[in-house]
Amino acid sequence: MKRKTRRLWLVIACVAGLGTAAGLTLSAFSSNIQLFMAPSQVVDHPPAADRTIRLGGMVVAGSVKRERQGETPINLFQVTDGQAAVTVRFEGILPDLFREGQSVVAVGSLEPDKTFVASEVLAKHDETYMPKEVAEALQKSGKWNPKFGPPPDAASWNAMTGKDTAAGKN
Amino acid sequence: MNGRTLSATPTLTERAGALFHRYANPGRFLRLGDRIQPWLTWSAVIITLIGLGWGLFFSPADWQQGDSVRIMYVHVPCAWLSSSGYFALAVCSVLSLVWKHPLADLAAVEIGPVGACVTATCLATGSLWGKPMWGTWWVWDARLTSVLVLFFLYLGHIALIHAFDDQQRGYRAAAILALAGAVDLPIIKFSVQWWNTLHQPASITLTGAPTMSQTMLWPLLISTLGFTLGFTAIVVARLRAGVMESRIRSLLSSPRRAVSGEASA
Repeated sequence: MKRKTRRLWLVIACVAGLGTAAGLTLSAFSSNIQLFMAPSQVVDHPPAADRTIRLGGMVVAGSVKRERQGETPINLFQVTDGQAAVTVRFEGILPDLFREGQSVVAVGSLEPDKTFVASEVLAKHDETYMPKEVAEALQKSGKWNPKFGPPPDAASWNAMTGKDTAAGKN
Repeated sequence: MNGRTLSATPTLTERAGALFHRYANPGRFLRLGDRIQPWLTWSAVIITLIGLGWGLFFSPADWQQGDSVRIMYVHVPCAWLSSSGYFALAVCSVLSLVWKHPLADLAAVEIGPVGACVTATCLATGSLWGKPMWGTWWVWDARLTSVLVLFFLYLGHIALIHAFDDQQRGYRAAAILALAGAVDLPIIKFSVQWWNTLHQPASITLTGAPTMSQTMLWPLLISTLGFTLGFTAIVVARLRAGVMESRIRSLLSSPRRAVSGEASA
């Protein structure tokens, strides 16, 4: 039985050592593991113009301008993390989930005139799942406007159903 | 101090060992497995059908994702099972390395392929969900990459456990791999909190209210229960076959060994 105890401690020691090593490695490379940079980081430390970066943040309400150059749509919008905002220019079709107040990740580079020219825009959705009727009821009652941020505390609506919201309308 | 810990621990490992030997004895497992297999299989089929039917046809569509949200009822159970299946593999590895338990080795052989399938389903459905919602099939963010690593760990485990002529060496090498790979599990779980990712954080946590309508939460939980029972049913069925196979193999090889032993003597 003594050998089993020794093996158990050996396994525990190996797992602990490996876990620590992995933890240290990940914390050392933490900035490289980040998928995107926040607008305030981009403003504080502007990356070189030829470097491709990913910029992530929320689309500022009222900042979206859509133009057309021949057949290609051109989109201009601002992305913010609450501290700074960066103007993004993207030629092409935006994903379906793109809207004001939505989190997005734009892939591209920062031009010398401080606009971010994106070659790709990805929409990021949050962890909230809500039926359409509930979302409409919340917006109608003035509790939430999707343009200005995430929905209210889930506990206040996650038991609501289509019937409740229909009753609320009457 | 050292002496005290040494004298205290053997009783603990002894007791734990005895417990595992009592409840994970291959013969006892076969008898228990025979009895619970039909219950497992049929409850898995029925509950999965209820969960998926409710989720795919009767639950509401999401306010911004529309009907695409229904991929969740397959994706999320698979994602949870891929991690918990690997956790089971790691537990089997500890039992195999420390207590040399034969059933743990056989279980590790059988859990591997099932877990790999579940992880592949999780990655595939995630990709199908990512294209219409995020606008991309794949992105190298921390969550997606760590789950891909988990998939490769499963594949490596399957390859390694069959890579040796001496089965026992294969079991040992694979157990070490499975245990080392368990480091990936907390990385998967916390990747969406530690780093910024395209993948959203968890909707269902132990600490807070789920950020999901109850009309979506219930079908998700039922379908998760069904998938988990299905996973267990498949592993138990495979493991029963594995135990019987190893018994037949030892029966077939024992007289031959005796003959060769006589010849050499």
